[in-house]
Amino acid sequence: MAAKTHRVLPGFGLALGYTLVYLSLLILLPLGGMILKASELGFGQIVDIALSERSLAAFRVTFGASLIAALINGFFGLIVAWILVRYPFPGKRFVDALVDLPFALPTAVAGITLATLYAGNGWLGRYIEPLGFKVAYTPWGIVVALTFITLPFVVRTLQPVIEDIETEVEEAAASLGASRWQTFVKVIFPAIFPALLTGFALAFARAVGEYGSVIFIAGNLPLISEITPLLIISKLEQYDVLGATALAVVMLGLSFILLLAVNVLQWWTANRHKNNEPLEVTAARAGGAA
Amino acid sequence: MKSTRATQEPRWVRYTLLSVGLGFLFFFLGLPLVAVFVEALAQGLPVYLEALKEPETRSAIGLTVGIALAVLPFNIVFGVAAAWAIAKFDFKGKSLLITLIDLPFAVSPVVAGLIFILLFGAQGTFGPWLAEHDLKIIFAVPGMIIATLFITFPFIARELIPLMQSQGKDEEEAAVSLGASGWQMFWRVTLPNIKWGLLYGVILSNARAMGEFGAVSVVSGHIRGETNTLPLHVEILYNEYNAIGAFAAASILALLALVTLVAKTIVEWRMKKETEMLNTVLAPEKT
Repeated sequence: MAAKTHRVLPGFGLALGYTLVYLSLLILLPLGGMILKASELGFGQIVDIALSERSLAAFRVTFGASLIAALINGFFGLIVAWILVRYPFPGKRFVDALVDLPFALPTAVAGITLATLYAGNGWLGRYIEPLGFKVAYTPWGIVVALTFITLPFVVRTLQPVIEDIETEVEEAAASLGASRWQTFVKVIFPAIFPALLTGFALAFARAVGEYGSVIFIAGNLPLISEITPLLIISKLEQYDVLGATALAVVMLGLSFILLLAVNVLQWWTANRHKNNEPLEVTAARAGGAA
Repeated sequence: MKSTRATQEPRWVRYTLLSVGLGFLFFFLGLPLVAVFVEALAQGLPVYLEALKEPETRSAIGLTVGIALAVLPFNIVFGVAAAWAIAKFDFKGKSLLITLIDLPFAVSPVVAGLIFILLFGAQGTFGPWLAEHDLKIIFAVPGMIIATLFITFPFIARELIPLMQSQGKDEEEAAVSLGASGWQMFWRVTLPNIKWGLLYGVILSNARAMGEFGAVSVVSGHIRGETNTLPLHVEILYNEYNAIGAFAAASILALLALVTLVAKTIVEWRMKKETEMLNTVLAPEKT
């Protein structure tokens, strides 16, 4: 008690109290209500609904497309973040600002625009479809929409980390005879890998729940191109509230796991930054020797 | 140029990375952005303007702006209160609280809509009570406001927490020990310090509030002219094969997105400038 000197700043009780009441009313109460509703079903029934043919197919499409989209963004996002930090080019500030477009553009707008672009007579579809590859109204359309929606995550998590890489470390590697490629693989990539993984996980988590942009381009065929959020809505529209709730609870559980994974990754990233010391020390020594 | 040679990629690698990266952004960001406006203006400006004059589109614009305005004060008060408690004080369960604030980012918008149906819908927990008192939340504007609140409340708090943490509490403590009241300290010290961060959060949460589709769609009931926001109206027009109308409405939302990006860039630039100024002022003291 003696250690607890009394607080100089005012408003702690008010601010924390307000925050807790607000969160309870807006988040905890509704989520608790849903779990209570789901408990009417019992565990066995929830599993039955989640493992029905149509639900399983929807989960497969949702998670499969999200995974591919996150992988695409992991690869291209790394390149985009790299050129935005390292290379000068005209219009860079404009391009940098444009990366946030998917966060700012309403998902419905993205959905109808992508559907129009990739439709058989669209700007892109008319060149792609003659090649025997259909994007719009197939699962690939879902991948395209999710790639658009989650594009900023990898770029924005990588940018500050690439900025923080000390060029001395790279110089040291080079002066010790490493080729540029070796420096990238052995020095740069390990330093940015946790951030890349975090961006990937954030993109994946966002993609799994996405609804607005996907429904316009997906075709929405049950078992083929129907995502889980859409299945929840169609159950709701058929007044199958319990079925919708069961699926929602499963989705929510998976979201929690993803959120936890992201937090662990971010903690790992932060820790890695602190543990950079030995590398910098080695680099400094190498630089001094050279 | 020559001194950094060792830490630069060969020229062909640089050009390849630049073209791959910029090409990817062109196909995935540039082209869709241009396409919205081209499709909206496909049959000329008069047709475009006519589509915007349609009463249902105009009422959708009104509702979208109305909901965004209704949500804003709640988000500001919550964001400032939560950030004040989390950034300036130590207490048990802080990281749990931060995780809770992050939650809406991880919950699918559809699930976010569903939880309020389960609470306030006809068969929901409070459904019978609401019906008795002739109150309508689901399939009405109040439900849409609540769903939007759920989706948008983290934005301002997430922006302010790290900002206020980095600013520490010396200035506020100085103000209080010099005899300032709590409100005086808030208005004269805290608010001027966080104003750009607050504005940044407001811009982000506003963009999301105006553009939200999934959560609002679930609770709206799609009543034309009544519970149709602009994004929902885009869907209706598009499904009726009214491409011009859909893209005309979409173009307004795309303009809003562009305004958001410009405002965001300006605020980011101001924040950077202010921290740089602070650093140059503080630099001589450090050495």
